[in-house]
Amino acid sequence: MSLREALESGRFAVTSEVGPPKGTDVSQMLDTAEKLRGHVDALNVTDNQAAVMRLCTLAACVHLAQKGHEPVLQVTCRDRNRLSIQSDLLGAASFGITNVLALTGDHVIMGDHPQAKAVFDLESVQLLEVVGALNNGTDMAGNDLSGTPEFFVGAVVTPDAHPIEPQLAKFEKKVRAGANYFQTQAVYDSESFLGFMETARSFDAKVLAGIVVLRSAGMARFMNKNIPGITVPDAIIAELASAQDPVAVGIEIAVRFINDVRDSCDGVHIMAVGAEHLVPRVLDAAGLWEVPS
Amino acid sequence: MIVVRQKPVDEICAFVTRHRRVLLVGCNTCAAVALAGGEKEVDLMAELLRLATSRKASFVEFSGTVLTRQCEPEFLEQLDSEGYDAILSMACGAGVALLASSVDVPVYPALDTLFIGAAQGLASWEAECSACGQCVLGRTAGICPITRCAKGILNGPCGGMSDGRCELGDRDCAWVLIFQRLEKFGRSEEFLEIAEPKDHSLRTRLVTWDAHEDGIR
Ligand code: SF4
Repeated sequence: MSLREALESGRFAVTSEVGPPKGTDVSQMLDTAEKLRGHVDALNVTDNQAAVMRLCTLAACVHLAQKGHEPVLQVTCRDRNRLSIQSDLLGAASFGITNVLALTGDHVIMGDHPQAKAVFDLESVQLLEVVGALNNGTDMAGNDLSGTPEFFVGAVVTPDAHPIEPQLAKFEKKVRAGANYFQTQAVYDSESFLGFMETARSFDAKVLAGIVVLRSAGMARFMNKNIPGITVPDAIIAELASAQDPVAVGIEIAVRFINDVRDSCDGVHIMAVGAEHLVPRVLDAAGLWEVPS
Repeated sequence: MIVVRQKPVDEICAFVTRHRRVLLVGCNTCAAVALAGGEKEVDLMAELLRLATSRKASFVEFSGTVLTRQCEPEFLEQLDSEGYDAILSMACGAGVALLASSVDVPVYPALDTLFIGAAQGLASWEAECSACGQCVLGRTAGICPITRCAKGILNGPCGGMSDGRCELGDRDCAWVLIFQRLEKFGRSEEFLEIAEPKDHSLRTRLVTWDAHEDGIR
């Protein structure tokens, strides 16, 4: 069952992510994917994540697809103009890669080539419309395509953004621009997330809650301070600070969150951020280890 | 106005030490307002250069003058550069370029041209316009996202916004400001209209503009 089929059938979906290597050695990325085989519906492949140059997403997706995994091609608008983005999308479709996640992308200033020219010829909302046009058999300029892709396209939303109103309005714009599903920024406060889901439910789009497993109180504080749109509540930080085994408690926190929200959203997106080995543990503890086929 | 800033003296020295007699030409419009190319700054720069070049044991003479506006031929006609073997222009890039095309000696820039901006206070300016050739301020409540959003986004704040600040950390998020101002005027609905990708061919083709051809005069 593909990610699209899972979400469209209403089954709770699980996605995770892998990052392409800096270099040509894809073995570690494939190892990570292997450990999750059969336990996730799809694997996002990041696109020069955090504006740090790595092996290209499309090539990484092809490696994964050749091994029988289902990749989600993350597409940012930072490094490519509209010609390049469209041709990469067509290239992906030609390999049967049809899950796309449309992002604007972190600024080049944030990454390891801060001197680069940032492109941003398009941005997330416009990119969603471009994918829609390709799905309808034309490019952005209205020229006909020979061979039409069938992309299943998603976007991201930050339920804990401050202020939240412009973020919610942008969420609505992304739905209007054709987003089929959303993967959220990491969320920790289930009550506030459920509040967001009430708004989200008035729109026709699937929402996968973003999960990042906390490994220590320090990590939680670091994320609060440095990652836009992430708020780890004080109670959770205290819980981690007093834990004997903070990683185990971090997993418990993630599982508790998943249990609190699973009836209100359509799935979870588990981001490993450097601790890929924890993803199976979370899925197992949350009773999500077996993905029905 | 065009906001400009003086280059480091060392960089300017490298231009002028090859010459004998250098004329510094200020510009009494934007560059003077930006405290970088008015009469006072021309005199001061001449002093600085005398000092710097004499330390390097090279003998260059510097004199200074100021034009009303360097980007108009009418004012350049008033310039007497007889006897100088180089000119140091203390104007924006447009002034440097026009001056360079109207004299037979090398013209060097003493300033860096930063942006089209507005004064924020005494001696501080903020970029407000990128001269995109197709103004969007009508739908963004007078705040330019092409200029003030680090990514030039046309459809609302990105995920990098944090407490109303841009992910770059050096400015307010333009889209939070736009949203708030639209809201204040009861125009929140307009925020939901999707802005189509910018037509960059307009900008690419905008190298000259003739008001006569447009039938304006
Ligand atoms: S935080 Fe705001 S101003 Fe900065 S890049 Fe994102 S949308 Fe633009």
